[in-house]
Amino acid sequence: MEFLRPATWDEALAAKAEYPTALPISGGTDVMVEMNFDVHRPSAILDLNRIPELRQWEIDGDVVKLGASVPYSRIIDELSEQLPGLAKAAHTVGSPQIRNRGSVGGNLGGASPAGDAHPALLAAGRDVFVEAVSVRGTRLIPIDEFYVGVKRNSLAADELIRTVHIPVADGPQQFSKIGTRNAMVIAVCAFGFALHPKNHTVGTGIGSAAPTPRRAVEAEEYLQGALEERGLWESGGLLGAEVTQRFGELVKAAASPIDDVRGTADYRRHTLAVMARRTLTWCWNDYSKQIRSAA
Amino acid sequence: MSTRTIQGQKNLQNINQASKDGIGGSPLRPDGTLKVKGEFAYSSDMWHEDMLWGMALRSPHPRANILSVDISEALKLPGVYAVLTHQDIPGSKFYGLEIQDQPALAIDKVRYHGEAIALVAADHPETARRAVKKIKVEYEVLTPIVTEEQCLDPETHGYVHEPHEFKSHGYGNICHEQKLVSGLGVTDEVRALADVVISGDYEVGMQDQAFLGPESGLAVPAEDGGIDLYIATQWLHVDRQQMAPVLGLPEEKVRLTLAGVGGAFGGREDISMQIHACLLAQHTGKPVKIVYARDESFYGHVHRHPAKMHYEHGVTRDGKLVFADCRIVLDGGAYASASPAVVGNAASLGHGPYVIPNVKMHAIALYSNNPSCGAMRGFGAVQAAFGYESQMDKLAEALGMDPVEFRQLNAMAEGDHMPTGQQIDSPAPVAELLQRVKDMPLPPPLDLDNLDIRAVPGALSNTSHGEGIVRGVGYSVGIKNVGFSEGFDDYSTARVRLEVIGGEPVAMVHTAMAEVGQGGVTVHAQIARTELGVEQVTIHPANTEVGSAGSTSASRQTYMTGGAVKLAAEAVKQALITKGRRRYGWTQNDIDLVAGKVVSESAGVLVSMVDLLGDEAIDLTREHHHRPTVPFDKETGQGFGHVQYTFCANRAVVDVDVELGLVKVVELTAVQDVGKALNPLSVVGQIQGGCTQALGLAVMEEIIVKDGKVRNASFTDYLIPTILDTPPIPVEILELPDPNAPYGLRGVGEAPTVSATPSIVAAIRQATGIALTRIPVRPEHLTGTL
Ligand SMILES: Cc1cc2nc3c(=O)[nH]c(=O)nc-3n(C[C@H](O)[C@H](O)[C@H](O)COP(=O)(O)OP(=O)(O)OC[C@H]3O[C@@H](n4cnc5c(N)ncnc54)[C@H](O)[C@@H]3O)c2cc1C
Repeated sequence: MEFLRPATWDEALAAKAEYPTALPISGGTDVMVEMNFDVHRPSAILDLNRIPELRQWEIDGDVVKLGASVPYSRIIDELSEQLPGLAKAAHTVGSPQIRNRGSVGGNLGGASPAGDAHPALLAAGRDVFVEAVSVRGTRLIPIDEFYVGVKRNSLAADELIRTVHIPVADGPQQFSKIGTRNAMVIAVCAFGFALHPKNHTVGTGIGSAAPTPRRAVEAEEYLQGALEERGLWESGGLLGAEVTQRFGELVKAAASPIDDVRGTADYRRHTLAVMARRTLTWCWNDYSKQIRSAA
Repeated sequence: MSTRTIQGQKNLQNINQASKDGIGGSPLRPDGTLKVKGEFAYSSDMWHEDMLWGMALRSPHPRANILSVDISEALKLPGVYAVLTHQDIPGSKFYGLEIQDQPALAIDKVRYHGEAIALVAADHPETARRAVKKIKVEYEVLTPIVTEEQCLDPETHGYVHEPHEFKSHGYGNICHEQKLVSGLGVTDEVRALADVVISGDYEVGMQDQAFLGPESGLAVPAEDGGIDLYIATQWLHVDRQQMAPVLGLPEEKVRLTLAGVGGAFGGREDISMQIHACLLAQHTGKPVKIVYARDESFYGHVHRHPAKMHYEHGVTRDGKLVFADCRIVLDGGAYASASPAVVGNAASLGHGPYVIPNVKMHAIALYSNNPSCGAMRGFGAVQAAFGYESQMDKLAEALGMDPVEFRQLNAMAEGDHMPTGQQIDSPAPVAELLQRVKDMPLPPPLDLDNLDIRAVPGALSNTSHGEGIVRGVGYSVGIKNVGFSEGFDDYSTARVRLEVIGGEPVAMVHTAMAEVGQGGVTVHAQIARTELGVEQVTIHPANTEVGSAGSTSASRQTYMTGGAVKLAAEAVKQALITKGRRRYGWTQNDIDLVAGKVVSESAGVLVSMVDLLGDEAIDLTREHHHRPTVPFDKETGQGFGHVQYTFCANRAVVDVDVELGLVKVVELTAVQDVGKALNPLSVVGQIQGGCTQALGLAVMEEIIVKDGKVRNASFTDYLIPTILDTPPIPVEILELPDPNAPYGLRGVGEAPTVSATPSIVAAIRQATGIALTRIPVRPEHLTGTL
């Protein structure tokens, strides 16, 4: 097995072009486990840990450009304000050790339906992009188009993720995850939710309840309609049980879960509806408080 | 956790005056700091020059005939030194703890998913792994025999062990069976004496010991044709007894030394890689190390027997138990392992610590094509306790009685008889334990205004900010035997040596006791200090140069090997005093060893131990046997079968998110009688650990097996409690001495594992109003989404 250790981003791209089957390694919290369990015996490993820019983030206008290797612990410490949904998701990942190493780039690279970053990224707005780079150039892949199958993403063999572009939150965001223990657990299912008052939209993301992470598009549309129709964006008034209930049902309907060792499909659907209602309520309560205190 | 209250500390008043680190003190464990700092050498850390790596090929099928095994491609791989099948075994091909029914390598068929078929030794683990993949096995895959119905109908579904090869005491696909009848048994006339009859069916899933240190060891061939094995195990001598015949060696040529053990809980009572490493070392003439990967560990050791239980209880209107009838079906899997003992415990302890005039019981262990099950902390008693304690709550509810008072009304006490006819001849403070656990202060309710999200079900997963949360409280009590039962003489041996080193009297304690984390070595040193009046004690590495210490299981090591250390130390002390009498002509009868001196209560200090010993070492070995027991009668279950009984009572407080079915145990209180706390801190640790393992069984721990295949052989999906799942565990210790035991002590480690699970389930029932007849309780049970 070859072990490639590029010192710069350009060297990394060149290496990936030369060895398209090389497996990138960032925090290694997925890669090393899978090697240990003999899932992979890659011909080469491409170590990204020497490339400083992958561990940086910057704010460009109202977009966070998050380096692929920035570990979860730093997202929690440094970006909770700008990316509250992703930071909440980061908080649920593994243990302190895993959060110190694991990254959003790695989560995207693995593209597991159970990855916790995905629902938060899907909910964070329509303008979330994965910056995929190769010697051929740069593509900005919209997050909805990034996940293409179970543990499959739309990166080409010679591409690496450099950053993820995520709009700075303009409203409350939440993330909830179901696990059968109170820490260090892979999601049985998860739900990300965000309010985007600027353009009167809402965002959703479902994890672990379909072959890929996905949005609950009908639920989003229903809620946007309800908020608009009732003038709630302006008033910050009460949502009403009917709206939260219907929203929960539509989120549930958007999932296509399976029975597996972690939980039944029915349980996943049931809890998605509950999480959808709760996260919507939390976000909305925060939003109305803001409206009321601004008024 | 800073919130823990360790009320057991009050027993520190019993500290021995002579040495604060004698019995009753709480000196720290010698291995503790090393383990916390990651510096402890575990068996998987061993290395030997020139060593090879061993690896097994395991069956992907739970039941299949092996049509052919082709090792030629594997042998051709550079770096491969040996590929072995059962045909290469020099001696007997079978082994087993009680029944020699397990082939060291599969012969013509496999009976469970993960059974070892062939072995490889190579100069690198990666080479070994590749070689294993190159072994070609042709299988005729058969439908596995996995359900109770299939097992009990071998005519239709087949035999796990064909009648002509059947080796256990049972028949068909029944590995072992125990019946029991006491009083009038349970007949229609007896049923008529009860005002209320309650029955229930209960199920226990397959728990795993989930020790963190995978099976590992190093076998080194010796010049005398023998073999030295460095191994993490629970009982060196029983390993040797099983290994030697397979290796075709006399026992004295198979020498075992204990290597660093990373947890055991019963899972190392059976042979895992011991024989395999030795076969490879014998064959290649080179040292061979085997370390299981995590998934292999899940296949490579036995688990806790899953159980299906039917209970029926009758009681009078005023709450007195009249009768109890029970059938317990334990799934033992492919090989016998400890199944007979598990059945014996389930049958004899399966009615709980209650006085019941009329009793019937039928317990069986099945042979099936599921993973083999054997020893795990509290075996037999753990499964049954979930059944009888669930029944106690149902009975109390039916009578409109308080569940604790109902239990107290029927609690057994010293002088009462077990359903086996055995009289309880030492303290059995069941009612008192319950009273004490009930009287402990309750934790405060959830503070919804200042919510710490880590305190609610789901914790940082952020599923609730107070929504859906309901609190419940549950109680339970349990009974466990200590030591091996049913006529087994599981004696322990200890060697104690006293000599002067560096101008100080120093004792050395040498036993074959497996230190698996229970703190046995700490206690041995404490005993030597107290008996010999010395401060310095060294512990000799555990090995087979000294006699057997029995197993580190059944809550027995402090009782049995601790007892042997006491006997040997007493003998050394007598020898030293005799030497003094000879030399100095002492006539006093009140001579003792205190703080390095020989002292007489009447005459004061006689001489220092250093002067009396001079250059001589006193080195004596003693065996400790517990009082004899007898096997239970096959049909009636009667007999003085157990050495000692131990009891623990628990109260669980849980918060349940009733909408999401998520559970957070808020507090788990334990009160236990330990006879005498030799090391109070260790005792509290054992009780807290036992409670935590019970918590795991209550709400998360299960090996999921489908059609004989293990579905979650990893810690990704076999969940054990984290620190956020483990609540404060206040412990109160009672010390009511057992006159039959050394220092009056009672084994500690298992009772809380038996009793704590049902209290948690009872608390969840109270919070949700759901019957809950299966453990572990899954969120699906609580949300109707199974
Ligand atoms: C104990 C434990 C607990 C865990 N708990 C969770 C959890 O709760 N939630 C969760 O979501 N995950 C969890 N994980 C999985 C893992 O930590 C996450 O998926 C993490 O985000 C992976 O990041 P990493 O940097 O370690 O990735 P790596 O392991 O380095 O890589 C993962 C994948 O991404 C690819 N990759 C990495 N960087 C790039 C890049 N720049 N461009 C292209 N491809 C790239 C790799 O080739 C590989 O396929 C857990 C893992 C462990 C071991």
